[in-house]
Amino acid sequence: MNETTDRRSWLGLLAKAPEEALDACWTDLGESPEFSWLRTPEIGGVMVRGRAGATGAPFNLGEMTVTRCALRLGDGTVGHGYVQGRSTRKAERAALCDALLQGPKAGAVRAHVLKPLAEQAEIARQARAARAAATKVDFFTMVRGED
Amino acid sequence: MYVAVKGGERAIDNAHAWLAEERRGDPTVPELSIAQIREQLALAVNRVMAEGSLYDPDLAALAIKQSRGDMIEAIFLIRAYRTTLPRLGHSEPVNTDAMTCDRRISATFKDAPGGQVLGPTFDYTHRLLDFKLAADGETPEPPVAEPRDEETPHISGFLGREGLIQDEIQSDETPRDLTREPLELPASRALRLQALSRGDEGFILGMAYSTQRGYGRNHPFVGELRIGTVAVEMDIPELGFAIEIGEMTLTECETVNQFTGSKTEPPQFTRGYGLVFGQSERKAISMALVDRALRWKELGEDDAGVPAQDEEFVLYHSDNIQATGFLEHIKLPHYVDFQSELELIRRLRKEAAAGRQAQEAAE
Repeated sequence: MNETTDRRSWLGLLAKAPEEALDACWTDLGESPEFSWLRTPEIGGVMVRGRAGATGAPFNLGEMTVTRCALRLGDGTVGHGYVQGRSTRKAERAALCDALLQGPKAGAVRAHVLKPLAEQAEIARQARAARAAATKVDFFTMVRGED
Repeated sequence: MYVAVKGGERAIDNAHAWLAEERRGDPTVPELSIAQIREQLALAVNRVMAEGSLYDPDLAALAIKQSRGDMIEAIFLIRAYRTTLPRLGHSEPVNTDAMTCDRRISATFKDAPGGQVLGPTFDYTHRLLDFKLAADGETPEPPVAEPRDEETPHISGFLGREGLIQDEIQSDETPRDLTREPLELPASRALRLQALSRGDEGFILGMAYSTQRGYGRNHPFVGELRIGTVAVEMDIPELGFAIEIGEMTLTECETVNQFTGSKTEPPQFTRGYGLVFGQSERKAISMALVDRALRWKELGEDDAGVPAQDEEFVLYHSDNIQATGFLEHIKLPHYVDFQSELELIRRLRKEAAAGRQAQEAAE
């Protein structure tokens, strides 16, 4: 995995994580680095697009709430937070994780934040997939005795 | 018109205080939490998000609580909140092919790859009231099966490969946005889809039903209906690449409709499309039928002069917030307007009476 895809994947994981889950992981990590704001947390809307017929021209489906911020650690590393919902605290923690993941603390953040968040997301996904699989229809054909 | 009138502040304040008390209801009954509404009235939350045109389940649940369950009032609250949000950007078009499906059915192909997955549906329930729910019953764990990792490709793709269904126009053109500029007609399909997706469920359902009953019949099959989760990606300029900024539940419906064709083109099935926030399948199917009906011009069909083909009629009446705003304003004071009407009718009556007297005198 190159640097960009790696960062893409952790930013996505942090954006989608339930706030309480990220809170718990952050507490577990036990870091409280010094930082300064480049952009204080801002709650806004993102227009979500779809495509006509799933494959055609884009159209505006509706908005979703997103909170973003950017900060700089004492050592100069910049972290960005773009998270779903309206929690400024979640955005701040996501940005701090993003910054820490680019430095010497990366291993700890992976172990205490990314790994558990990914596991929880996968457990939740599997739980729904297992329920969906149980509602898959098995057709059987009624054979007419015609010979 | 109505004119501003002074006075009534005390009455208004007292009305609001009483509203708050009525909203709470009997205080010996436990109060609803936002989480309870979000989790247990999820389909109401979905509707408020879809028609409020803002995906945020907690906000929609709050709006439902505040509006005492009045859905249009809740949608109004969400629309009003939405206008206060700075626009941070737009997402990449969501890829519904990669949806993690809770439900996926096709009414056209029994053995569709990916299977017929019913999901948590009301279909096949007997629509009998379940008194167990009134008695605080425990919910049994639903059965599970081995999660399936197979792809769930769109059904229309199979028909498309044989050329049996008309292709969607490939384009990355920036769609116009109803929330940023006034609706102008004729509207592009992109604008129509945006309006239909946030339009009133009852209105869209009524329009769709009218096409089924013969007012612009277009013989729809539900080629596919899917409900599930998709990731939302947005390009982040300061990062220089796109990231997933969240995920959402969507309902998508693709209809397969009767043919079009010409001297040069062989007959092909046509399509209607519905995509709606949340689990909202009645709305998604309705949207697909109305989308298809509104496409009559580009598909070279006759103007049957029916409501569902009339984009001005459909698009200008589908928004329940515009509709309720105009409808409900007539209950506000129109004292001056009405005063002039009163004077007019008195004068007309006087003139009519005078005319009669003059006629009687003449006879």
